[in-house]
Amino acid sequence: MLEVKELTKSFGGLIAVNRVSFKAREGGILALIGPNGAGKTTVFNLITGVSHPDEGTILFRGQRINRLQPFQIAALGISRTFQNLELFTNLTVAENVMVGAFRKSRVGFLRSVFRRPGTTKEDHSLYREAMNLLVQLGLAHYADQPAGNLPFGQQRLLEIARALATQPQILLLDEPAAGLNPNESRELAVFLRTLVNQGYTLILVEHDMETVMSLADEVVVMNFGTVLASGVPAEVQQNTEVIAAYLGDEEEEAC
Amino acid sequence: MGSKKNLLLIVIAIVVFCLPLIIESSYYMSIFIVIGLYAIVAEGLGLLMGYAGQVSFGQAAFYGLGAYAAAILATRCQWPPLLCVCIAPLLPSMVAFIIGRPILRLREHYLVLATLGFGIFVYVLFKDLGTLTGGPSGLTGIPYLNIGSLTLVTDQQYFYLVWGALGLTLFGMANLTRSPIGRVFKAIHTSERAAEAVGIDTASLKLQAFVLSAFLAGLAGALYAFWVTFISPSPFGFTSSVEFALMVVVGGLGTLWGPVLGAALIVGLTEFLRWAVPVALPNAGGEFEIIFFGIIFVLIMLFRPKGLLAIEKSSVAMSHPTTLRSTDA
Amino acid sequence: MLGSESQYVQYLFSGLTLGSIYALIALALVVTFNITGIFNLAIGEFVTIGALAAVTLRDVGCPNVLAYILAVIVAGLVGTLMERATINPARKASVLTLIIITIGVSIALRGAALLIWGTHPHTLPAFVHAAPLNFLGAVLIPQSLFVLGLAVVAVGLLFTFFDFTFTGKAVRAAMMNRTAAQLVGINPARLSLFAFTFSGVIAALSGIFITPITTATYDMGFMLGLKGFVAAILGGVTNATGAIIGGVLLGVIEAFAAGTLPSGLKDAIAMIVMIVVLLTRPTGILGER
Repeated sequence: MLEVKELTKSFGGLIAVNRVSFKAREGGILALIGPNGAGKTTVFNLITGVSHPDEGTILFRGQRINRLQPFQIAALGISRTFQNLELFTNLTVAENVMVGAFRKSRVGFLRSVFRRPGTTKEDHSLYREAMNLLVQLGLAHYADQPAGNLPFGQQRLLEIARALATQPQILLLDEPAAGLNPNESRELAVFLRTLVNQGYTLILVEHDMETVMSLADEVVVMNFGTVLASGVPAEVQQNTEVIAAYLGDEEEEAC
Repeated sequence: MGSKKNLLLIVIAIVVFCLPLIIESSYYMSIFIVIGLYAIVAEGLGLLMGYAGQVSFGQAAFYGLGAYAAAILATRCQWPPLLCVCIAPLLPSMVAFIIGRPILRLREHYLVLATLGFGIFVYVLFKDLGTLTGGPSGLTGIPYLNIGSLTLVTDQQYFYLVWGALGLTLFGMANLTRSPIGRVFKAIHTSERAAEAVGIDTASLKLQAFVLSAFLAGLAGALYAFWVTFISPSPFGFTSSVEFALMVVVGGLGTLWGPVLGAALIVGLTEFLRWAVPVALPNAGGEFEIIFFGIIFVLIMLFRPKGLLAIEKSSVAMSHPTTLRSTDA
Repeated sequence: MLGSESQYVQYLFSGLTLGSIYALIALALVVTFNITGIFNLAIGEFVTIGALAAVTLRDVGCPNVLAYILAVIVAGLVGTLMERATINPARKASVLTLIIITIGVSIALRGAALLIWGTHPHTLPAFVHAAPLNFLGAVLIPQSLFVLGLAVVAVGLLFTFFDFTFTGKAVRAAMMNRTAAQLVGINPARLSLFAFTFSGVIAALSGIFITPITTATYDMGFMLGLKGFVAAILGGVTNATGAIIGGVLLGVIEAFAAGTLPSGLKDAIAMIVMIVVLLTRPTGILGER
């Protein structure tokens, strides 16, 4: 479904991502893990067109998407959430999702100016769509509150709702469980599973090992910009290099 | 709440309608016409600055392009005036469309300077393309505007025309800013990254706002040309561009009525200073009242940087149409 | 009539002269921008005030040199005052607000200049009364040499100041990295004050030196200031050396264009240069892409 081949990106001489390759299978959950600064978020940014790779290719359903702009990539069906939440805090919860669904709207500038009948009907259907998603994510009763007022965990969910509103085929989640309490994490994991059952393909960057190992079908471990190991979780967990890199990191964090 | 708002609108409409009936002085009438014209320009610029989050310090160029296009079509091509008013704004719109994409890629200071440079460039063209524009001395002999058999001659008639156009502009802006596109603009304001990530072509939306702002400026320019029947480059220079930007900022960014208020304040202030300063300082000559103009702006920027209408309200409450909620609940 | 070669030399002379002025203004803009993050759109008015204050001081009987020095001090103080009264209180404001503030100040200063000095042109005598020099068939007026000299000396002194004094090093550090400079304890408010005062001084010097050639009016600064911006952008906005090169280059481009195009379009050329550079090489001609 999504294939990344020999992806390389450097910033001012510093190689952030070095010949990274992996494949995300349709209907699976692929997790990118690795210590801080391993290049996971950079990979996300490359896939979503925020920055462009120096070398390598990104294929989505066989189509090269290397040079596309973020909005074009989103339009193809690749949607993402942000590690540091990027909600539209000046809009309500429902409106955030409505903006997510906007790209399918056919109402142009001129028609909006003259408010042709389609405009309001369009708005109705956007709102209904948004409410459907909010119900799914258990955010319905926050619908008319400013997004900035939501509790942190709910803000994360709202980011997912907004990404889903674009009707993606692949959902890229950048540390979806960061800042959630164990209970919330578990609920999130359950929800992500249901998304896969609905036919979405997920790629996530995650720190929380427990979530990753229980959730992911395939794990790609990164360290210093390169892929250290990849495979099913059980396999990867046995890999000595991974243990060295990862446990070393965990110990540091514990200090 | 909705009916209260409607009532207010009706009151405003009645007051505007009655103004020409009460005011006899053509001086005051012309001030109101100028306010109307500037408010149209400022509404367009307000969309660009307050919603699309882009700045233009060259808006007077679009105003001038509209005026010159209308004047040249009417005098040299002998087109019917009303047709000129409709066609002339397309010239600034086209120019905006062409320069918009590269220019709007610039940010902050660079955008300010690029638009400012563009404005001055166009102004110099007005002055120096003498064969086409009449050069520094301008174009004369622009006919009066006629709608059917009615020829608009008096300031009262032009007042209704200009304020009618402003009314339509406000109606369109109200629609636009409350439409899904208006909401998307608010979203772009907080996070352009996130807007792009949900598939919104932000560059294209900004360009459309830029083109619309140029169109409105051009429309006001065309109306201006037929009102004064004589145009020269001077109203389309840098100072006017600055004034337009100030109208938007002073009125309050991202508000519907802010630009109108800003236009009224700035035109009013200019006229007041033009009257008051010679009274206070009878011996000085020239238009040095701009000193106070400058000082007042600095003070507003220092103490009310968000503009006069921007009460610290969350735009959230008003941005979602209430009707939707009641029908969906 | 001049032969075409000598004509080009002539363009070069006048280009270098005005270009030196643009370079100095650009330098002041770049220093200010790097320290404060503000484009000071009132800089042209500092030029006006310097030049016209010198005119007035001479009129009231000051000897030339004293009049010039005092005029420079006056313009420096205007810079200081502007910073204290309008920039410092708004340091946390948005870019747009700050730009409008500097525009507001420029409008107010232009109005003040109009009130004090009227609309008619004023002039200052050439610094020396010597016959124009003939050089490769072109005429070089001695005052041009003074302008060039001013540019060279001012730039030399500035770089010496950057290299050899503590304040200079602080300024340079702040120019390179504002946050880092704050972290090592350089007071940003003081530096901002320095930047505006410095701008006033440099701009006033430019105005005084160029007035014998161009005459001075209350609105002379507007275009000069804008050209300074064009020069700064040519050089990459954050680069002092670039600003100087940009200024000289702009002067020469303008002079050659003015020689071959209708004269009024001269101002349009600077604007085209600016827009083209902004769109194609936003980091300036020296900057990396």
